[in-house]
Amino acid sequence: MADPTIDPLAARDVEFEAKFFRYGFIVVMAFFLVAPMFIYPVFLMKVLCFALFACAFNLLIGYGGLLSFGHAMFFGMAGYLSAHFAKVGLHVEQVTIFKHVITVGLHIPPFATELAILAATAVTALLGALVGLLAIRRQGIYFAMITLALAQMIFFYCLQAPFTGGEDGIQSVPRGTLLGMVDLTNNFAMYYFVLAIFTAGFLLIVRTIHSPFGQVLKAIKENEPRAISLGYRTERYKFLAFVLSAGLAGLAGATKAIVFQLASLTDVHWSMSGEVVLMTLLGGMGTVFGPIAGAFVIMAMENYLSDLGAWVTITQGIVFVICVLAFRRGIVGELEALLKRKLTFRQLMFEIFAFRHHKRAKEKRGGP
Amino acid sequence: MGQLLIGLINGSFYALLSLGLAVIFGLLNIINFTHGAQYMMGAFAAYFLLNKLGMNYWWALVVAPLAVGATGVVIERFMLSKLYKLDHLYGLLLTFGLALIIEGVFRNEFGSAGLPYSMPSALEGGHNLGFMFLPNYRAWVIGASLVVCIGTWLLIEKTKLGAYLRAATENPKMVEAFGVNVPRMITLTYGFGVGLAALAGVFAAPIYQVSPQMGSSLIIVVFAVVVIGGMGSILGAVITGFGLGVIEGLTKVFYPEASNTVIFVIMAIVLMIRPQGLFGQR
Repeated sequence: MADPTIDPLAARDVEFEAKFFRYGFIVVMAFFLVAPMFIYPVFLMKVLCFALFACAFNLLIGYGGLLSFGHAMFFGMAGYLSAHFAKVGLHVEQVTIFKHVITVGLHIPPFATELAILAATAVTALLGALVGLLAIRRQGIYFAMITLALAQMIFFYCLQAPFTGGEDGIQSVPRGTLLGMVDLTNNFAMYYFVLAIFTAGFLLIVRTIHSPFGQVLKAIKENEPRAISLGYRTERYKFLAFVLSAGLAGLAGATKAIVFQLASLTDVHWSMSGEVVLMTLLGGMGTVFGPIAGAFVIMAMENYLSDLGAWVTITQGIVFVICVLAFRRGIVGELEALLKRKLTFRQLMFEIFAFRHHKRAKEKRGGP
Repeated sequence: MGQLLIGLINGSFYALLSLGLAVIFGLLNIINFTHGAQYMMGAFAAYFLLNKLGMNYWWALVVAPLAVGATGVVIERFMLSKLYKLDHLYGLLLTFGLALIIEGVFRNEFGSAGLPYSMPSALEGGHNLGFMFLPNYRAWVIGASLVVCIGTWLLIEKTKLGAYLRAATENPKMVEAFGVNVPRMITLTYGFGVGLAALAGVFAAPIYQVSPQMGSSLIIVVFAVVVIGGMGSILGAVITGFGLGVIEGLTKVFYPEASNTVIFVIMAIVLMIRPQGLFGQR
């Protein structure tokens, strides 16, 4: 990206990053392990699902530089699939392709909860591969618009397809039992199950970022022609990142449908795609913890400001505008930048209240 | 046949809106996500001018685009102009945020229900063409938007001003060296594109109900139109706009289930065969 303020290469400090990640991870995990004692677990589960969704999205934009404006299609579609698998299983009598009817006769009883989630994730990854094949052909804003249009296509499919239940969605999905042993109708059991899923997904993303694959992805984001000239097949890397991101977004959506026992159209609607962009932007694009912080803040806003009605949208819009104009590093990005400079407490207070860190940081680097 | 007509009507809105998008994209390199909201503002402006100031449709046709275009100028001056040095994605995100704000404010004020706007009396009634009945107002919308589209195309491709605009997209520094105030030109271009959206809104007011959501569903179709036509291509935007409107209308007759998605299917096919769009270069 051309923005110097979020260029990680400008002042890369590997040791600091490792330390930031280690302590950050401990803080996040400790928080989520203890939090259900103080905060309503259902709200926290919502936060975790959206945090995983935002992390998956961040993998694409923060590390691959690909702004997908249609990620809701994976999130929502996976929700429908897992709800359907868990509730009715798989009943396919016949497949209609352009008015040709092929009799199949496939009957599978309702899936176990974990199997429903996994199956939904797998199908979503497949959908991600299809969309990726098309969208990867164009870059930047074109990419955003193409993903948006394809997501709209999926939205209309979900509106009309018989298994999604149209405007009603799929309701009263059973939560089931985990591995036939743990009863998931208990909110606490469900919470720790969701936390485990989130942690697994999050660690997979972290591992991906720090692998050679992730480094190539970053190189593509910084300068694609250079990556090509180094001999990397950049399309292949971007495609893989897209599929991975779609699959993880699907995992988040599938889990959310089980938690709330509901899959509905709001999750596939394009405003959901906008919301996940907002979470990532507010938390900090290209930071490991940013999406989690963003998801937490946005969800808290939606939950506790819901009496205000349409004002929630307006507030979100205002947050968007402020983030883009003045606050591009996001919450975690700003925090990281502050910590990196090892200020004393007094200097820190001064910086916070004087709003001068952007300017000072620039001067310090001596760049434009 | 009736569907064909509705297709043409929709097509003229697609064409007008994607024309504005293409103009803005061509010079500012920004995807104007606020376009749908600005289209809605145009329709609301017309509604207000009629009900509060008693202005008739013809005046609204002039005043509403100017007013909404002026808000566009303000947005460009104070917000968008700060983002040109950054990645293009930030422009998209900013305009998306603005769209959320504008839509939210209008929904707060007017609720989700639509407001009626009566047709201008001069355009009531219609003609019987033998095979179908053509309401005068619809004929007027199709004709007028064709004129606007062709006019804009001529302005950008054939006049000196258009030459400056196109040169500024290639090399703004050079154009500035010739004594052209490029930032002001960019601001006015954004205002012009926004005005086109508002004009479409005024056209739409008597046909569709004036409501806060009228833009948000349309905008995605318009994005698809722009991708199919080829980004930044004025002619592509206009031709695909009308063409896709007709195709959509025809699909409604032959295979109604697909009428919502046919444009996106076409987009997918076009991308597979010609990723740069039908009329795009590169």
